[in-house]
Amino acid sequence: MSEKNYGLVAEFDSPAAVLSAAEKVRDAGYSRWDVFSPFPVHGLDKVMGFKNSRVGAFSFLFGAGAFIGTMLMIWYMNDFDYPILIGGKPMFSPPMSVVPSYILLVLASALGAFIGMVALNQLPRLHHPLFAKARFALVSRDKFFLAIGSSDPKFSETETRRLLEEIGGAHIEMVEDND
Amino acid sequence: MADSSTQLESLAPPAELRRMTAVPTNRSLGWLTDKLTAFNEGKTPLWWWILFLPAAFSAAVVLPAMLTYKISTGVGVWGNNMPVMWGWDIINFVWWVGIAHAGTLISAMLFLTRQHWRTPIGRAAEAMTVFSVAMAGLYPAIHVGRSWFDWFMFPIPTYEGMWPQFRSPLMWDVFAVNTYLIVSTTFWYMGLIPDLALMRDRSKTRVRKFLYGLFALGWTGSARQWHNYEKAYLILCGLATLLVFTVSSIVGMDFATAQLAGWHETIFPFYFVAGAVTCGFGMVLVLLIPLRKLCHLEDIITMAHIDKICKMTLMMACIMGYIYIVEFFIAWYSGNPYDAWVFGHRMFGHQYWYGGWIMIGINASLPQLLWIKKVRRNLKLVFVIALLLNIGMWFERFVIIVGSLYQDFLPANWGVYYPTWVDAGVFLGTLGAFFMLYLLFVRFLPMIPVSEVKAVTSQANPHHSSGGVKGAKS
Repeated sequence: MSEKNYGLVAEFDSPAAVLSAAEKVRDAGYSRWDVFSPFPVHGLDKVMGFKNSRVGAFSFLFGAGAFIGTMLMIWYMNDFDYPILIGGKPMFSPPMSVVPSYILLVLASALGAFIGMVALNQLPRLHHPLFAKARFALVSRDKFFLAIGSSDPKFSETETRRLLEEIGGAHIEMVEDND
Repeated sequence: MADSSTQLESLAPPAELRRMTAVPTNRSLGWLTDKLTAFNEGKTPLWWWILFLPAAFSAAVVLPAMLTYKISTGVGVWGNNMPVMWGWDIINFVWWVGIAHAGTLISAMLFLTRQHWRTPIGRAAEAMTVFSVAMAGLYPAIHVGRSWFDWFMFPIPTYEGMWPQFRSPLMWDVFAVNTYLIVSTTFWYMGLIPDLALMRDRSKTRVRKFLYGLFALGWTGSARQWHNYEKAYLILCGLATLLVFTVSSIVGMDFATAQLAGWHETIFPFYFVAGAVTCGFGMVLVLLIPLRKLCHLEDIITMAHIDKICKMTLMMACIMGYIYIVEFFIAWYSGNPYDAWVFGHRMFGHQYWYGGWIMIGINASLPQLLWIKKVRRNLKLVFVIALLLNIGMWFERFVIIVGSLYQDFLPANWGVYYPTWVDAGVFLGTLGAFFMLYLLFVRFLPMIPVSEVKAVTSQANPHHSSGGVKGAKS
């Protein structure tokens, strides 16, 4: 067992319990903590003070880049580099190039949203300190966990443990960080 | 959610205006989790093998054999010839790509419109999309005479300095179909990530734990992850919805830009989208009606779901009927003799006259039975209607493609089209591959999106009594 600790984790039974616990942890002034749940708990975003996710920016930039890039590519290929006259149609015109550009916009925006989600969530990772706790396997089933990181400036093993007990957490455990 | 408003009894909507709850059973989250993963974790039932083995045979033996024969010998092994240059290959392409659209409509469009009832069937529908687009994508790749030159279709810089010709809708099609495959796979996979994590957490064996864990990407279900995830999911839904309208429109444009009577119509993009969704709803019903019984999911995919899909099928069938009427009307009203010839011969021609009757009889008329509640409740009847709808929509593409090509402008060019056994073999192979992939999906991945279903139950609502709020009236 290494010296480093990830933090204290407590277990809750219902979304309402974990939501009110989160409010109390926030009010106690902690800043490095997180809630783990089998599905997104409604209202938690506000309690934890999340701003609008930056996934949208990823998606927008990828999409805009693809649209402009494809337009330029078509102009380069069909008008500049190797122009071929077909049926008297213009070498380059928006109506003909907007369709593939739009399609690739959709493709790139979708990949952007996915890549953004994965990157912002710091995935993929093969291990997480919490996975070492057997009870944490219930997080994807019907239990809710609240973890307060030991890197939090307010973190103290006794005080934080007492807070977690007060707000109704069960099975409070110290999680080691062996990474 | 209807339940959350029951505290304010005076404001509760009347029964007919109340929205259906996504999960009609009021069970605990743990019960739901066990129920929805039971099939993946149980023993492989006999029916699965009975369905899987023939499908796997046609996917692993028939399809490769047919493709090897076709690619090594040439397009001549098919029935395609002057003047019918597009045969079963393009019919099947349009048919498969059409089936895909209903899956995206259910999983993405109904999410955007906040139809919570779509949650339990979203994943199964999206899987149908992924596999059928893959089957569709195969056809254009082998339809070109020399498949080893398929890379000509992509803008790859080569020593020849030649580029694809972007003025052709066939070129747009390459991008549309590939985009559809990639986007729907991404959307489907992203929806799977939390459930793969669930399967990882429940795994008993090391191999399962490793494989599910690998594809779950280390998902922990933290609030930060869900925050980004929900946003990405919403964006992907929006983008996938665009594709519902785009991909078949472009397939329609492949036809509409040609000068041929019967193809050269402005209604084609819309026509193809409507046809695609109609056919796809048929396939959704064909897949879900047996699966809900075989996998014991009657509590989750309820009669109310079947009823709603039936109603949407009915709506699409009415749109199809309208389009058929418009097509025939324009053929007469335009005064174009070639159009009149083609459309007259759809119903009363020398060859293929049966195609037009099947098309109108099945796609537009037969689903009208679904107006009757008793029919919608009779699963066997609904299954038969859905199966016939798939066949009818296949014949619609036959009518459009072969029926327009075999007698074009010059009588000297007229000919007759007969498919060969290789045509049938390739189709059988793709059918097998589709069902094989679908059965593998049902066996190894949660067919019902577990985390999404849990999220729309009242137990998941932190402001509801069953979500743990103390003192609230239930």
